Amino acid sequence: MEIIIPTINLASIYPEIVVTIFAVIVLLLHAFTPHHSPGGAGKGGDHLGYISFIGIAYATFLVFTQEGGTEYSFNGLWILDNYSRFFRLIFLLGTGLTILISVKYVKDEGINHGEYYSLILFATVGMMIMGGGADLITIFLGLELMSISLYVLAGYTRNRLTSNESSLKYFLLGSFATGFLLYGIALLYGATGTTNLKGISGFISESNFGNPILIMGMVLLVVGFGFKIASVPFHMWTPDVYEGAPSPITAFMSAGPKAAAFAAFARVFFEGLPSLQGVWVDLIWILAVLTMTVGNVIALVQNNIKRMLAYSSIAHAGYVLVAFVSANELGIGGILYYMLAYTFMNIGAFGIIIVVGGKGEKRVNVDDYTGLAYRHPVAAATMSLFLFSLAGIPPTAGFMGKFYIFSAAIKSGYIGLAIIGVINSVVSVYYYLRITVAMYMKEPESAVSGAESMPSLVFSTAMIIAMVIAAYGVLRMGIFPSAYIALAQQSHLSF
Amino acid sequence: MFYIIGGVAVLSALIMVTNKKPVSAAMSLIVTMLCLSGMYVILDAHLIAALQIIVYAGAIMVLFLFVIMLLNIQEKEGRLSGHKIFLQFAWIMLVGYVFISMVKLIGGDSLPARVEGSINGFGTTKAVGEILFTDFLLPFEIASILLLAAIVGAVILAKAKVD
Amino acid sequence: MSEYIPVLIMLLLGAGTAVGILVATTLIGPKKSFADKMEPFECGEHPIVSPKLRFSVKFYLVAIFFVIFDIEAVFLYPWAVLFKRLGIFGFIEMMIFLVILAVGLIYVWKRGALEWE
Repeated sequence: MEIIIPTINLASIYPEIVVTIFAVIVLLLHAFTPHHSPGGAGKGGDHLGYISFIGIAYATFLVFTQEGGTEYSFNGLWILDNYSRFFRLIFLLGTGLTILISVKYVKDEGINHGEYYSLILFATVGMMIMGGGADLITIFLGLELMSISLYVLAGYTRNRLTSNESSLKYFLLGSFATGFLLYGIALLYGATGTTNLKGISGFISESNFGNPILIMGMVLLVVGFGFKIASVPFHMWTPDVYEGAPSPITAFMSAGPKAAAFAAFARVFFEGLPSLQGVWVDLIWILAVLTMTVGNVIALVQNNIKRMLAYSSIAHAGYVLVAFVSANELGIGGILYYMLAYTFMNIGAFGIIIVVGGKGEKRVNVDDYTGLAYRHPVAAATMSLFLFSLAGIPPTAGFMGKFYIFSAAIKSGYIGLAIIGVINSVVSVYYYLRITVAMYMKEPESAVSGAESMPSLVFSTAMIIAMVIAAYGVLRMGIFPSAYIALAQQSHLSF
Repeated sequence: MFYIIGGVAVLSALIMVTNKKPVSAAMSLIVTMLCLSGMYVILDAHLIAALQIIVYAGAIMVLFLFVIMLLNIQEKEGRLSGHKIFLQFAWIMLVGYVFISMVKLIGGDSLPARVEGSINGFGTTKAVGEILFTDFLLPFEIASILLLAAIVGAVILAKAKVD
Repeated sequence: MSEYIPVLIMLLLGAGTAVGILVATTLIGPKKSFADKMEPFECGEHPIVSPKLRFSVKFYLVAIFFVIFDIEAVFLYPWAVLFKRLGIFGFIEMMIFLVILAVGLIYVWKRGALEWE
């Protein structure tokens, strides 16, 4: 018997290869640089961050040069279409911004450069594989690559107890969720005899789809992905992990990996299990309502701003699930558009949190923002912009995203869901504005407790660049959304 | 054959959870692993059976023993009463039975038909390798990146002093 | 299944030898017990501390590396079996795999994770 070599289309994975190579370069550069001087960990590693950034920029360029159209390669395990291209751009954007906001943080905290950046790049490769996988095995491996890198990154500041807690909790619960996912994949394979998404949907449509094994596998997949996107009731890890992880990593986790989980979630369900839509739509409807409501209500009473944004991130996953339920072209476009907008606004908000938090992340409570506008009007204004966007106030990207999602829901006849979403959105305004109010309406406390309550904030150049990009993105997508909406529309899945 | 191996597997698993000495529990876990490997042989998954022994009974168990020694767990005073264990065991059995009968009831006929006899060469190292190195080439290479990331992670989290 | 019969015989022989020796010693050997004999044997010396020491976390790192590289070796088995038939294609494929893992090894080495100190 002759060995049949499958069609290999290296061009379709160029961006992934590039990011991997850069991750390896950063890793080895770091390993071969002598760093034995005492306290030398935090010094002289900036260039690694910039090299990683160049890698990301180059990969982004490659994504743009890839030709349009839908193309399967590697024996149907890999797909290159507008959908995966759009998601790759989101991941690369999220990673690029994260690297920019990390540079100073990494130096201040005195943590290792090399592994930090290369793990971020590895996580990015994992996300891109999740976006481009057309087979449950590829998607699963991508998810694992991303998760393992994140488990480590969450515990990167080893001398901080909360960081250790964050890493451990994330790892234990995450591997449990992975188990669910893998079990779901195994059951789907058992029921259909293939792990290929197209194969699964083909099998289901021509045979009976009342098979309980199939349904069970699907439910387990919902659990597994539901964990990764932090939907209620699989959200328990989110607040602790987000609070404990280093701030840039929290920003990273809430943008890229969440988008990646949605990318894979949507691809598996719309391409692999469209025949079961009648079953999973109800399930996800419930998830969406719970996720939005629980996330927003608990966020109301949070004082730690990272924790608040963790619950806010849960709530935002709920909004995206609304788009998921809508399950029409507008809905998929909504997911894409919203994840892009969310990447801009959330990483932007975390950028300000890093700057205000200062060395050792000391100032992370809402009270610490009191009177920020009097001392640092620019920082306060930028933060307000991102918070307005998160709350969904025009003319920002967040508003357009929500508008898009809720109109998709109404168009598919889920008016009740849209109403619940809008109510939630109104609730969320309270806690976002609470920070803004603290920044603008209250006198700074320094009059009472002396100058040490808020030292001057230091913006590094990289941070300023990141904030400008994020702010530009938020405004641009809010004021001139049509180009982005058109792009998102084009990139919907064919189903 | 299945019942012998299965019986030993369940028995050693029970010993593992009820034993109060962690090292002995780990040893019974090895027996369970070996029995599982026997199961794979019955299922014609020869490569998996070998891997089960190499990776699980070998490498992973070494890790387990290291962790046990690392934590230096003292023997716990007292143990679950046999009565309690029996009750829990009965519960698990009951749930399993209900589950199986449920599946049979709803869709026993929709299960893929059982293949009689072994498919030509199925599950051998050759057959697995053929698929792994051709059709599943991409996941194979991704796996190497995954392992690399795991190495980096292990160094970061476990190295006593990272300079 | 029949190809596993040697394995089964091997298992039975191994188990039989172990059990046989134990049984034989208890049956044949003389039984005289006194205080010194009941102590754990440690090269003829009296044991000074409890053998239940805590292991250093360094062992753990070594164990993790062992698992990771063990899994790498697992992939080599089917490749070795199919080496001739896969030809140059399989060779390149495996070299990519190994190079990526070699990077891991170089990294571990250079970072000093293999040093004991």
